Amino acid sequence: MIQQSLLGIEDLEREDIERILDTAEHMVEIGRRDVKKVPTLRGRTIVNLFFESSTRTRASFEIAGKRLSADVVNFSPSGSSLKKSESILDTARTLDAMDPDVVVVRHGVAGVPKRIADVLSAPVINAGDGAHEHPTQALLDCFTVRQEKGRIDGLTVTIVGDILHSRVARSDIYAFLKLGAEVRVAAPPPMIPPCIEQLGVKAYTSLREAIDGADVVMALRIQNERLTGAFFPSVREYSATFGIDRAKLRYAKDDAIVMHPGPVNRGVELSHDLADHRPSVILDQVRNGVALRMAVLYLYAGRRPVGKRETE
Amino acid sequence: MTRILFRGGRVLDPSCERDEIIDLLVEAGRVTAVGTDLRVDDAELVDASGCWVMPGFVDLHSHLREPGQEYKEDIATGGRAAVAGGFTAVACMANTQPVNDDPATTDFIIDRARQDSPARVYPVAAATRGLEGKVMTEMAALVDAGAVAFSDDGKTIMDSGVMRHVLEYSRLVGVPVITHAEDRTLVANGVMNEGAVSTRLGLPGNPALAEDVLVARDLMLAEFTEAYLHVAHVSTRGAVELIRRARDRGVHVTAEVAPHHLTLTDEAVAGYDTHAKAAPPLRSESDREACCEGLRDGTLDAIATDHAPHAQHEKELDFSEAPPGMIGLETAAAVTLELVRAGVLTPLEWVRRLSTNPARILGRAGGGLGEGQVADVTLLDPARDWIYDPAKGQSKSRNSPWAGQRLSGRVIATFVDGYRVYDVDRGPLR
Amino acid sequence: MTPDGASSGASHDAPTHAAQDAADGRVLLDDAGIRRSLMRIAHEVIERTERPERLYLVAIPNGGIPLARRLAANLRQVADLVVPVGVLDTTLYRDDLLTTRERPALRRTEMPSAVDDHVVILVDDVVKTGRTIRAAMDALMDFGRPCAVQVVGLADRGHRELPIKLDYVGKNVPTHPDEEVSLESIGSGEEPELRLVLLSRREHTGQGGES
Repeated sequence: MIQQSLLGIEDLEREDIERILDTAEHMVEIGRRDVKKVPTLRGRTIVNLFFESSTRTRASFEIAGKRLSADVVNFSPSGSSLKKSESILDTARTLDAMDPDVVVVRHGVAGVPKRIADVLSAPVINAGDGAHEHPTQALLDCFTVRQEKGRIDGLTVTIVGDILHSRVARSDIYAFLKLGAEVRVAAPPPMIPPCIEQLGVKAYTSLREAIDGADVVMALRIQNERLTGAFFPSVREYSATFGIDRAKLRYAKDDAIVMHPGPVNRGVELSHDLADHRPSVILDQVRNGVALRMAVLYLYAGRRPVGKRETE
Repeated sequence: MTRILFRGGRVLDPSCERDEIIDLLVEAGRVTAVGTDLRVDDAELVDASGCWVMPGFVDLHSHLREPGQEYKEDIATGGRAAVAGGFTAVACMANTQPVNDDPATTDFIIDRARQDSPARVYPVAAATRGLEGKVMTEMAALVDAGAVAFSDDGKTIMDSGVMRHVLEYSRLVGVPVITHAEDRTLVANGVMNEGAVSTRLGLPGNPALAEDVLVARDLMLAEFTEAYLHVAHVSTRGAVELIRRARDRGVHVTAEVAPHHLTLTDEAVAGYDTHAKAAPPLRSESDREACCEGLRDGTLDAIATDHAPHAQHEKELDFSEAPPGMIGLETAAAVTLELVRAGVLTPLEWVRRLSTNPARILGRAGGGLGEGQVADVTLLDPARDWIYDPAKGQSKSRNSPWAGQRLSGRVIATFVDGYRVYDVDRGPLR
Repeated sequence: MTPDGASSGASHDAPTHAAQDAADGRVLLDDAGIRRSLMRIAHEVIERTERPERLYLVAIPNGGIPLARRLAANLRQVADLVVPVGVLDTTLYRDDLLTTRERPALRRTEMPSAVDDHVVILVDDVVKTGRTIRAAMDALMDFGRPCAVQVVGLADRGHRELPIKLDYVGKNVPTHPDEEVSLESIGSGEEPELRLVLLSRREHTGQGGES
């Protein structure tokens, strides 16, 4: 790993991604054992610094950390004493003084994990920052596709939904492109970010065209805040034009898989039927999430700038 | 009576198109002679060789934060920062606490400045009460108290009907209405320029469109009401073009541009450095070029700093919470001197935009060094390099994107009313 | 396999391949010698094990894998025993993981059946400090409760840092701690030839390795 912290897929090389995925393969096996625990990070402290609440991602990191025998500590400043006006960097400095081995950060505003990483000596894992990146989600998405299809090179991946506000979309775009896929995005026009094609994807406002011949259809969650009618008129219209159901899926390849980062708004992004049955692989994504995060923690925890450990 | 003889400097005086090495004599606060080999008894001799001798810079747009937010800056420290940057006069905006929408507050600012500020301070009063954009302020009373212009800067008057009446009424007092032109509904929750960079960084974008739409509206209102409109901190290609065309049509409009919009772009936000967060935001390279061109051809009349001090803990908030703005009084000269070096402006034209034009826009003395004019003088060594350390600066705040950078061009001394108020070796002297 | 800080290299299932003719070091055991040792060990295992039907071979990657396969084949040949062969990666149980700059790559773990009530024989190519065997035992305990654990090492270098003994040894190899002993495979295909090689520190490439 070239860098100390995992802040985004944008900074990773293809071989870094493959290394994480290969490591995750081995972590899957641990999840199949009776005793789902290895002593690798025993005595190490993982701090979950979640400014934005999230049950699933945090639980996934927590289980991953515990399977590696680490001590996991949760800080959720969103509710408690940390008001919005308290400086992020003050929090980071306080945390630094406690000497954690790795800090997992989620925040509603882009850039916070990076700024925390600049101040901390411990490695930082970005668990989602604003609309910027959510690297572990993209990695587990790639892992799942690789599991299903055997490879990612040459596949066509279509990402559908609120691309503008989605960190999962951005991370998925980088990850799938770096692993050799063709990536398309589809959304109602106000939700296509400006200059998105500069990232290397093709943007569509027609779902049918975007899904045509796709191997992977990734549906993104429409967040509650967007349902006000500003970006698109109604949930009904969104689901009619961009919701994925079996009928629309016919335009994709016969063996196409359907994915979603969760939680699914049934009937909005995915039909009820697709949300729970093949070809959607949503539960595999969740299962793989723990193995993937174990791999990330294994590869990143405890890394210090060269020389620091020797002086301790 | 103080007499100062500036010997051997390059005098740049746009008010009489003078650009030559010549001596300048100042007595009792006025310029009394400009000529070669002036000989005067008991005058303090200032060796200006190698320096530019210019009328003191006038800043149309600063936030001095007093009353109410003195932890960021106050009139005393703001005044010191001004003279350290070569500014002998500063117009300060009304978004203080309380808002300067009432003669008592205007009096307070003027009084405070008289006591503590080495630079002249001209208060800009609010155009609407409390900056709420609904009810206009008592313009006549405020001008009587000393206000030089009106502005809701920091906020935009979104109600076009209100803006129309504000412009119409301002004709009573004949001073400019300064608009901070950003359509709030298009800005939405944008925190940086909308474009390829905002998409990559995942930050909500504020499109150039928001400024263009509001500038277009205000220009049309100015044309309709025949009032005097001044556009603050222009940052987009569209706005420059709109202003150019309005001027050609005869609309009474002037405009300013800030040093950061002339030299930085939205790429400066990469890394989420909140010191690069400004309102209006740093824009694209195309916008930056258009602003330079607009400054060159006179569409943009003046360089104004939009000096906006914020405390360190405020700039350490996340990118959406951190307040926008950067300090700029102490760096404006060195930063914009780059445009002279790049051939965009001649030295004389540069001084015109920092001194003569702003003084004219405010209707105040200054901006020239002709005989009889007030002796506000700035001495600059254009070749002197220095490392800018805001911690060692005069401003209370340190939020500058140029912190730690090597800058070229330094103010050596500043004089207000014929008195030396700043010296690069000793600092402010009042 | 290399607790000293050098990277263990890529995770493939065979030990390092060496050019067929270029022998950078001294050959301690050639393929025939290895075959003879493993046959002898198979006989020793049968002799000493009371309930040979409980045997379970567990290979420590990478070097232990071809050795365990050959040993299993020998047990079948000699005593008609079908002994399960598992592969157990010990990387996650190492005691030195967080001090190395680069995290070592993980290897495959595949345990075909439960270890409870079996006589587990760990198979490794080279045993030196004993730390890998210690890690392997910890890993094994997480899989279940064997009724006994024994160790086969093709080469015993000595220089133990932990109280680990080998129950079955191919060859005792006295060495300088700075030297490296590694199992190389020559040629490709299902059954490559194996040889045990001694390298001085300069020649050591950092792949394969020992414990």
